[in-house]
Amino acid sequence: MELVEVNQLQAAIDSFVGKDVYLHLETTNGSYASHFNEGFFNAGAFIRNVVINFELGKVVGDSPHRVGLKLPQGWVYAQGITHFEIDEESRLLLAGHDGTGKLAVALQLSETPFSY
Amino acid sequence: MTIPKERHVLVIFPHPDDEAFGVSGTITTHIQQGTPVTYACLTLGEMGRNLGNPPFATRESLPAIRKKELLASAEAMGLTDLRMMGLRDKTLEFEDDEKMVRMMEELIEETNPSLIITFYPDFAVHPDHEATARAVVRAVRRMEDRPKLHCVAFANNTLDVLGEPDIVYDIKPVREHKMNSMKAHISQTAWMLEEMEHKLQNGDTETENWLTLERFYTYRWDQDFE
Repeated sequence: MELVEVNQLQAAIDSFVGKDVYLHLETTNGSYASHFNEGFFNAGAFIRNVVINFELGKVVGDSPHRVGLKLPQGWVYAQGITHFEIDEESRLLLAGHDGTGKLAVALQLSETPFSY
Repeated sequence: MTIPKERHVLVIFPHPDDEAFGVSGTITTHIQQGTPVTYACLTLGEMGRNLGNPPFATRESLPAIRKKELLASAEAMGLTDLRMMGLRDKTLEFEDDEKMVRMMEELIEETNPSLIITFYPDFAVHPDHEATARAVVRAVRRMEDRPKLHCVAFANNTLDVLGEPDIVYDIKPVREHKMNSMKAHISQTAWMLEEMEHKLQNGDTETENWLTLERFYTYRWDQDFE
């Protein structure tokens, strides 16, 4: 993955507009957060291989960036995006990695389903 | 405490690297004593957070990396019967409970173990560890002739509730195998190993004991978790 280059990422997001695309969206503190810090309120979510079709998508802000996708009847939103990659299967992978190299957020789009 | 010879040992954990820290010395010793060992690893740790900065992997490329690491860990221990069970990291507690029990029953029926090693229910911290432990205990509970069940417990309240472990193996003779098993999972353990080696070089006794003493609790059927 590379650090987000806004123009390149914006063009990549635009290439998925108006298509049925598979979504992976994830935010996480890690399953051990409340083990190492007992007062920590651990929250996270992921959805995987849900099909969306968005009409407008933007990457905004200085790094870490925000990304929003406008759907005909809703939104997809991610905060904290630092890195991106278009992988060998033409999937757009966005991620937010903290200073220690741990993933905090991921937003991924693909025209074919992600693995299980 | 010496490690007795077993007919067959079945190890069941959910994530690649779960075997490395607490159990790889014991696994190596069983193998060196000629006891067949089967390790069933339920997921490939697909949702692991350590992807590096700069990143060395993506959410999508991580499973293949961790699979290679798991194979390397097995090689370090001398383990030849590794089963990758194909479930997804973070999802085990949401699978059908009975399906999970059946998966464990099939492993047990096939390998006919005299000893099963897994996590201790309610003391295993990670939801996948807990789901694995529950499924294994349920499967063994239904057996007429139960094998020994040794459980790894590391929740913060373990000592308060369970007391000291009843089984402690000194695995110093196979220390290097254990180090190599942990190093095999380098994508997830690099930071931790660096800290550990630093402490070991400074003669930190607690860390040395953590490394070379492997601790298990015999499952207490008289205080069953459910």
